[in-house]
Amino acid sequence: MATRQQAATSDVAADMTDRAFLQQQADSPRRERGTRVRRRRVRAAWLFLAPMLVVLAAVAGWPLVRTFWFSMTDASLSSLEGGQFIGLENYLVYDNGWYGIMADPMWWQSVWNTLYFTLVSVSLEAVLGVIVALVLNAHFRGRTLVRAAMLIPWAIPTVVSAKIWAWMLNDQFGIINHMLLGLGLIDAPLSWTADASLSMWAVIIVDVWKATPFVALLVLAALQMLPSDCYEAAKVDGIHPVRVFFRVTLPLIMPALLVAIIFRALDALRVFDVIYVLTSNAASTMTMSIYARQQLVEFQDVGYGSAASTLLFMIIALITVVYLYIGRRQLGGGS
Amino acid sequence: MKARLLPAGFLLVVASAGQAQAADLTISCGAVGAELQLCQAGVARWEAQSGHSVEVVSTPNSATERLSLYQQILGAQSSDIDVLQIDVVWPGMLAPHLVDLNQYLPTNATQDFFQSIVDNNTVDGRLVAMPWFTDAGVLYYRKDLLDKYGLEVPATWQQLTEAARTVQAGEREAGNSGFWGYVFQGRAYEGLTVNALEWIASYPEGGTIVNDQGDITIDNPQAAQALTLAASWINDISPQGVLNYTEEEARGVFQSGNALFMRNWPYAWDLVQSEQSDIRDNVGVVALPAGGENGQSAAVLGGWNLAVSRYSEHPQLAAELVAFLTSPEEQKRRAIDGSYNPTLPALYQDEEVLAAVPFFGTLYNTFTSAIPRPSAVTGDKYPRVSNAFFNTVHEVLSGNTEAQQGLDGLQSELRRIKGRGW
Repeated sequence: MATRQQAATSDVAADMTDRAFLQQQADSPRRERGTRVRRRRVRAAWLFLAPMLVVLAAVAGWPLVRTFWFSMTDASLSSLEGGQFIGLENYLVYDNGWYGIMADPMWWQSVWNTLYFTLVSVSLEAVLGVIVALVLNAHFRGRTLVRAAMLIPWAIPTVVSAKIWAWMLNDQFGIINHMLLGLGLIDAPLSWTADASLSMWAVIIVDVWKATPFVALLVLAALQMLPSDCYEAAKVDGIHPVRVFFRVTLPLIMPALLVAIIFRALDALRVFDVIYVLTSNAASTMTMSIYARQQLVEFQDVGYGSAASTLLFMIIALITVVYLYIGRRQLGGGS
Repeated sequence: MKARLLPAGFLLVVASAGQAQAADLTISCGAVGAELQLCQAGVARWEAQSGHSVEVVSTPNSATERLSLYQQILGAQSSDIDVLQIDVVWPGMLAPHLVDLNQYLPTNATQDFFQSIVDNNTVDGRLVAMPWFTDAGVLYYRKDLLDKYGLEVPATWQQLTEAARTVQAGEREAGNSGFWGYVFQGRAYEGLTVNALEWIASYPEGGTIVNDQGDITIDNPQAAQALTLAASWINDISPQGVLNYTEEEARGVFQSGNALFMRNWPYAWDLVQSEQSDIRDNVGVVALPAGGENGQSAAVLGGWNLAVSRYSEHPQLAAELVAFLTSPEEQKRRAIDGSYNPTLPALYQDEEVLAAVPFFGTLYNTFTSAIPRPSAVTGDKYPRVSNAFFNTVHEVLSGNTEAQQGLDGLQSELRRIKGRGW
């Protein structure tokens, strides 16, 4: 359910920008030519948009509204329609002590876990992605091959790669421990997925391994479109390459990087599969999606689980809006 | 290209649709150890006998995940699965989705079975599942290593700790640096609830999570004592990785010769004694240790039953399959081939069964007096109770909380879950 909602947020966001774009297109040119043409254009635009809006309403809007509704009932998975309206009791209620999601320390821990996971993994992916893209942008023999090979982690289904990693990280038989022991870096095998202080890093490592190619791909595309004259000018002026990177390359690839980051951040905020396969429901890596699923499916509490999904949706929407706002302002100021 | 692919795709769809129609029934079986092969073999025998075809689907190994899957399928009123293998703690929860087998089976169908399991599977007078195999936790140990160090089979958890320490130190000195004293099921899932309840119930007078009257009783001295000892095992006699082990991970370590003791279900017997096992003929099985001198051995009741979904299109046929799979012949075959505990008392006196699995005779009392989890009294809220319990135990084992502190928190958490009543 969370996934669907998330898809809804990003789609709605995309939809809104598209609409604004079309509106602008319809508005600005040749306004003085009278409103008839304009009106016809607007009508045509809506006509073309209609199928998509209908589909969106059916696959994203309806489930979202339904989840909102369920979050204010006490429905259970075995009797979905039997739920009674209970207002906001799933969120917070006082009954000789505070109850509800907002009063559940586990929920707040999963919010914190999710934010921590997102911040660390996406930062690492952005940095590593740019480095990988710069390397692949250089001319060397076998470049095409490496570029294709780089995409393999991104191409493997997450459940499969998470399971592979689970074996590699196994405390007794895992190859990672074997190698670290062989190199003398550790003197006893680490239990990557069981040790609460390591398990978050284990899932971050796997996520970074998987998603770095995605960031690298988008950045590489941007790198290939860069105008060569800036670089020639810099070369003539004898500017240090590091300075060139921060002053020329980075600002020019920033739009692509920001897009890559927002995609990754949205994915990371609703992360489920990689963590569920590696550490199941363990508290130290529980994310908002895992919390919502546990309530919805394991505890059969559709009302409470929907409330968690709704909060998850709101948190992601808020972060997205703030990010887009800041991103746009910075870009606006830069140009 | 597309045009050429289309007919091929169409053929594929038709072919798979044809296949789906060919199977009259679908049964979901567990896949822990040799479970799936045994299930397939049993189903194949019924197919040959009845002329109907059955599709066997495997389900996740973790009982917690399996329950979620069933609840999703049943919640959607799907007719995809006709016969479900359900845990002994689930009948109350799943009863609304299951048929009353009394309506499809002869009246004396349950007379030869353990009455306690039949009662467990009867919800409001409806027989919702037939007992397939029962389970109780047992202690596996390495005979050869205990002999080598001149140690007795431990009767208490304290003795187990001592013996494990001695042997572990000795074996590590002898060059096996990956050797551990004790492995069990420590992942935050239903299996940890079972393990921890066995510790707690083994102390004098036996601790409980929720008593038969529905009172929350987890904040008891037995529990604090048991959890404190268990927490001391981690990184001492048990690898830290045990905190992410289920049954099969524990067996992996034990069967490859890297552990002295293992807590597991009887199914592991057949596998540790198999041709591929590194420790074949060096393994013994006894009742789990007691909690101190005055304690008693406590094994938690496990076991699986076969139920028929209410949304099945062929309930009569499905009930016949259930009757066949739970029949004495089939249970005997499963006991001999896979060391699955029969649910028929008579089979515990069968010579062929006892020859294959000697401890079915010596541990008969353990199996018949196993302690149930508090699923009957907590009803629909059992998954939450179990979840709160295993999460707390997991925190204590991880060293994030002291036992007493964790139990205080758990007591109020359970009160929150109970609300105005179970």
